[in-house]
Amino acid sequence: MTKVLVVTSGKGGVGKTTSTAALGAALAQTGQNVVVVDFDVGLRNLDLVLGAERRVVYDLINVVQGEAKLAQALIRDKRIETLSLLPASQTRDKDALTEEGVDRVISELREKFDWIICDSPAGIERGPTLAMRHADVAVVVTNPEVSSVRDSDRIIGVLDSKTLKAEKGEHVEKHLLLTRYDVTRAERGEMLKVEDVLEILSIPLIGIIPESDEVLRASNLGTPVTISNPTSAPARAYADAARRLRGETVEITIPSDKKGLFNKLFGRRAA
Amino acid sequence: MSFFKLFSRRTSAPVARERLQILLAHERVSTGQSDLVAVLREEILAVIAKHIHVDSDKVKVTMDRGDAVSTLEVDIEIPSNVAPATAAKANVANTSAKVGASAKAASAAPLTRSASA
Ligand SMILES: Nc1ncnc2c1ncn2[C@@H]1O[C@H](COP(=O)(O)OP(=O)(O)OP(=O)(O)O)[C@@H](O)[C@H]1O
Ligand SMILES: [Mg+2]
Repeated sequence: MTKVLVVTSGKGGVGKTTSTAALGAALAQTGQNVVVVDFDVGLRNLDLVLGAERRVVYDLINVVQGEAKLAQALIRDKRIETLSLLPASQTRDKDALTEEGVDRVISELREKFDWIICDSPAGIERGPTLAMRHADVAVVVTNPEVSSVRDSDRIIGVLDSKTLKAEKGEHVEKHLLLTRYDVTRAERGEMLKVEDVLEILSIPLIGIIPESDEVLRASNLGTPVTISNPTSAPARAYADAARRLRGETVEITIPSDKKGLFNKLFGRRAA
Repeated sequence: MSFFKLFSRRTSAPVARERLQILLAHERVSTGQSDLVAVLREEILAVIAKHIHVDSDKVKVTMDRGDAVSTLEVDIEIPSNVAPATAAKANVANTSAKVGASAKAASAAPLTRSASA
């Protein structure tokens, strides 16, 4: 059974695209057939984070409008053969994306893949609601910071009302992915703690991704962090989250790369 | 951690810079009109469609937008029964002819927006 997963947040710049690429790669690395779909029409970036920007021939809008077949628009990753990308359009208007078109593309993708991961644009309007429309599962990406938590709360409400599942009286399975988490700053009381965010949003936690330079390095190289440095803290955190998405029970930890004295003395307490 | 890893860690920014330069050179052109490789793609397909009816499932287009050179590959499977009558000798009904069109185009776009270099 294919699972449609939307990576969403309300707030912009919290790590949706980074997480889509990393979770998609991590799931594909376990042998699952994965397609990542960029719904950020006009501001595509998933191609860049995956290092496929030079190979884009057709995009989601071309397929929606019937100008290209799905198979022609899909780009297969050169490193992981079970990972494919359906890029967004960079030039077309986002109104070119229609409900019927999205329905058709998703049902075609369902025939080919185990996982369809939709990278949502920021906001709560049309773009994000189209991205979440077919979702069975939602990963709500949140930073430990007040405005991000508030916007996540908004988007959880939208997930409960504007998805096909919600319309049928069913529920989208929601998971919290806490990203850019800085253990030291949370311990010092400068940043919201994991427990704080969980208590406020009250949806189950799927993973904690530490703030890390490896994420920047990965996007510089155009390689998801689970491939560019699989043993790094964010890569391990994403790989664990992917295993939880597949239903495995994996204890939640906050992976760390730092081996400094400060981290040893104080960082531990948060784990 | 190996020495190489320490070293390569510092070299990711130049890779990012180069990737962006190539990408933006193409994108800046294509916001005005379409970039050369994309124009060629459309016109080549249109010319082929004018002469023979090809199933669009049998058309494979790949691009690689490069710095100095971009490549466009159009791979079209043409069923042998649409080939001109004079060319069709035996009645090998199920074989299909494969026509590959490859185009290399020197990048038309400058790497920087203004003449700052
Ligand atoms: N764990 C992390 N550690 C350090 N930097 C991170 C981390 N996660 C994301 N970032 C950085 O945060 C920035 C925004 O990330 P990203 O583009 O994934 O966010 P987004 O939610 O998709 O944004 P948008 O809403 O604009 O689509 C990027 O520069 C990315 O490299
Ligand atoms: Mg994004």
